Amino acid sequence: MYDGEYSDKVIDHFTNPRNVGEIENASGVGTVGNAKCGDIMRIFLDIDDNGIIRDCKFKTFGCGAAVASSSMATEMVKGRSVQEAMEITNKAVMEALGGLPQVKIHCSLLAEEAIHAALWDYSKKHGIVINGLKEPKHDINDEDHC
Amino acid sequence: METVYLDNAATTPMRKEALEAMLPYFIEQYGNPSSIHGASKGPRTAVREARDTIARTLNADSSEIFFTSGGTESDNWALIAGAEMCSPKGKHIIVSAIEHHAILETADYLEKRGFEVTRVPVDGDGIIRMDILEKSIRPDTVLISVMTANNEIGTIEPIKEIGMLAHEHGILFHTDAVQAYSHIPIDVQDMQIDMLSASGHKFGGPKGIGFLYVRNGIRLPPFMHGGEQENGRRAGTTNVPGIVGMAKAAELAHADLEKNIAHMKELRDHYIERVEKEIPYCRLNGHRTQRLPGNTNFSFRFVEGESLLMSLGAEKVYISTGSACASGSLDPSHVLLAIGVPHEVAHGSIRASISERNTMEEIDYAVDALKKAVERIRSLSPLYDDFIKKQKEA
Ligand code: FES
Repeated sequence: MYDGEYSDKVIDHFTNPRNVGEIENASGVGTVGNAKCGDIMRIFLDIDDNGIIRDCKFKTFGCGAAVASSSMATEMVKGRSVQEAMEITNKAVMEALGGLPQVKIHCSLLAEEAIHAALWDYSKKHGIVINGLKEPKHDINDEDHC
Repeated sequence: METVYLDNAATTPMRKEALEAMLPYFIEQYGNPSSIHGASKGPRTAVREARDTIARTLNADSSEIFFTSGGTESDNWALIAGAEMCSPKGKHIIVSAIEHHAILETADYLEKRGFEVTRVPVDGDGIIRMDILEKSIRPDTVLISVMTANNEIGTIEPIKEIGMLAHEHGILFHTDAVQAYSHIPIDVQDMQIDMLSASGHKFGGPKGIGFLYVRNGIRLPPFMHGGEQENGRRAGTTNVPGIVGMAKAAELAHADLEKNIAHMKELRDHYIERVEKEIPYCRLNGHRTQRLPGNTNFSFRFVEGESLLMSLGAEKVYISTGSACASGSLDPSHVLLAIGVPHEVAHGSIRASISERNTMEEIDYAVDALKKAVERIRSLSPLYDDFIKKQKEA
């Protein structure tokens, strides 16, 4: 991307990403990728018995927008219930980041899908049903959403 | 360190002397060289001298130099007009697979207009497969276009051999020398070049000016119509300041060519050596020695290119992924794929292109920054984690 096309928020979350890392024995882990750009995102969730997300960490191989989106998304789901986490869409992540350039919208989708994938893993492991949650795809491509 | 500019293959700052040489031709010597009155005289002389200067740098004749708006126009002109001129004889043209888009997309265009195009592959170092090139030649082949040196990986092609091969078969030979001209010596006689494209801003001249060398005797038809400029071959008001500035830059570059090459090679090799020694899981793309003096291109596994550039940008180190023209697209470089770099590794590739103005301190600063940036980005990468885990298990 060209300098100046990213908002200050994106630059900030890229330069100082929050919640980088892994959670051992996480309640749910989700990995998704986009075959076209080759980017991959992995999200770890620590969920307590009341279904509250206590902690959330990520690892991302990807562009500046992908790193910033993961960082922002992990911030947004922390402290929420799993049902609330379902509301955190890529649009919400994008808005919180002060917008993304057109070709980078799919990077925020990757974040939404990675959270869903982690929630799916959690719901499977614990036999819990989360309303509106569908089995995640592991390869997200633009055609599906844009 | 202020900024470290290592993107000289994208463009260079102008040489001060070149800018100074241009200045009189904006206000005092504003005349149109095509006019008949006195105001045209100074500009006309300046353009003639500039043409002589450029011709000398190539061992060409002044009548063989045609000024254009830059490398892209020169490439388009040579290919389209060259193909059309020869079409009564045949409609097959050959290009290499790693040409700049100005050639590749022009070839695509010609294909749509009824020409046949063969794109010859390169080996793992980016050198054209001469055996395949030779086999691709057909009775109806009329034009071969192979770049002098590649813009992304810096590999220098065996131009003289290609020129000889083309001429054995009576085929026209064009070379895109946008990255090479004024960076390595080029002799159009010795190398048997029929047409050559160059661009002013790649060697300290202004943007928006370039030239096409066309060997005497080749009646290349005009591409721009509407005037008698450039001996009736390229219409459009003569860009006097641009021409003067480009010629000055070329003159200075050639005066110090050997010295500049030695300096750039020293910096380049130091960069390559340090990166290879200090950053694991990297790969140098392009030929080790048959390489532009200022070019480096590395792929780093488990690193994505854009985030690497952003991290370096924060340290004021300005580098690019492959080519400036292609950034902003998500597709990996056709050049890296052509030399066999896997898709996912190609995404983590950066080109640092050095000029004669860079210093050893700048190179060291850049490598330090690069090392830190690669480490940081790998620390974010799930792929790197998986890889390290697997290695520990094994
Ligand atoms: S470019 Fe694909 S995730 Fe950003």
